[in-house]
Amino acid sequence: MNFITVTPIDLAIAAVLVILNGALSIALGLRIEAQLAIAAVRMVVQLLLVGIVLTTLFALVSPLWTGLAALAMVLFAGREIVARQERRLLGAWAYGLGTACMLVAATIVTVFALITQVQPDPWYNPRWSLPLLGMILGNTMTGISLGLHTLTTTVVRERVAIEARLALGASRNEALQSASRGAVRTALMPIVNAMAASGLVALPGMMTGQILAGIEPIEAVKYQILIMFLIAGGTSLGAVTAVAGGVYRLTDARHRLRLDRLAPGPA
Amino acid sequence: MLVVRDLTRDGLAPASFTLDDGECIAVRGASGSGKTLLLRAIADLDPNEGVVTLDGAERMAMPAPEWRRKVTYIAAEPGWWTDTVEQHFTDWTAAAALVRELGLQDDCGNWPISRLSTGERQRLGLVRALMLRPQVLLLDESTSGLDDAAAAAVERVICARLRDGASAIWVTHDTAQARRLARRALAFDGGRMCEEAM
Repeated sequence: MNFITVTPIDLAIAAVLVILNGALSIALGLRIEAQLAIAAVRMVVQLLLVGIVLTTLFALVSPLWTGLAALAMVLFAGREIVARQERRLLGAWAYGLGTACMLVAATIVTVFALITQVQPDPWYNPRWSLPLLGMILGNTMTGISLGLHTLTTTVVRERVAIEARLALGASRNEALQSASRGAVRTALMPIVNAMAASGLVALPGMMTGQILAGIEPIEAVKYQILIMFLIAGGTSLGAVTAVAGGVYRLTDARHRLRLDRLAPGPA
Repeated sequence: MLVVRDLTRDGLAPASFTLDDGECIAVRGASGSGKTLLLRAIADLDPNEGVVTLDGAERMAMPAPEWRRKVTYIAAEPGWWTDTVEQHFTDWTAAAALVRELGLQDDCGNWPISRLSTGERQRLGLVRALMLRPQVLLLDESTSGLDDAAAAAVERVICARLRDGASAIWVTHDTAQARRLARRALAFDGGRMCEEAM
């Protein structure tokens, strides 16, 4: 394996590019130099902290600490889902629905991959479980937030048509079928595009990382294919359950449309 | 017979009345006075409280979709959820006679919804609801966008249904129309309802 270590000096040289970006911003009056500096510093600090945390977790190989780290990742991702909603559900549903669906979907798919394909020893070994979970979680999060966003905005936009169907005796699932199908389709679009474009338009980040770390390309490719399948599975499961939960919450047992359960939209 | 007892919801004071088979009650009042809220509450389209029965059967005892097929709300501006007219009907051929009676063109089934005028939408929305053969029609300004001839055609169709035993609650701003169709009216003012003779 040809592994080339990156030294702090190498990083400092690369950082010159960001400094040049800042200089460009000042020269062109873009006024993003402060944001650029803060973002760059945040990125360095966050990644160094993650590096330290992962090193510790990899050394411990503890089911408790691995589980807690996984839970923290899910909870942070849940916050991101809420932040991306234009019309969020009111109350605990805003955070709870997306987070719960992501927790279930990402856990099932990650554990499935760990015990049937990757098979590390022990099965929860954080060196494999946490990066796998991270990749699946990131994509499932995008799928769920896109799905919920599309569902809520479509239901608000199509209120008259949905209520017309309800008034004619359609059930809530029948009346919201078109909205929920559109929401799941939108949720799956990024992974479908990513699979279709893989290798032709872009070399996926994980595969590139493995190749740079000295892994044979064909081995990196096999890992990437595995990850893509897992992401597709996790995203579908998460998006379908989140959209179904959204339909459940946006209607009631008397098959009424309940837009009063959505927070007001932006002015 | 439809019996409404202490029906209330946000913006609507408790309302009670009965509607006999074959009867039409007119609903009058200024815009925003609660007329539409009443019809939607009877159809159970919004959260509400109170007792509503049809021929002795309590609406909460039956699934809401079944209730709404018997007691059907027809909005002033009907909603459309797909591209062409006939896609909104389970049996477009069976609707042909009603379509003609209401003065619509025979070939309008394959028209895109975007081609329809306000009046055509209103009449097709009515046909769509009448095809369910509901026992109670909740008509929300069903002739507001129509010319005199089309409005008369709608009245004729509804009167035929009343003769067959259906009943109707008809929101209208047209006093002459209310007099033609109903013997009594529900008058609304600021969410409060009172019954009056025509």
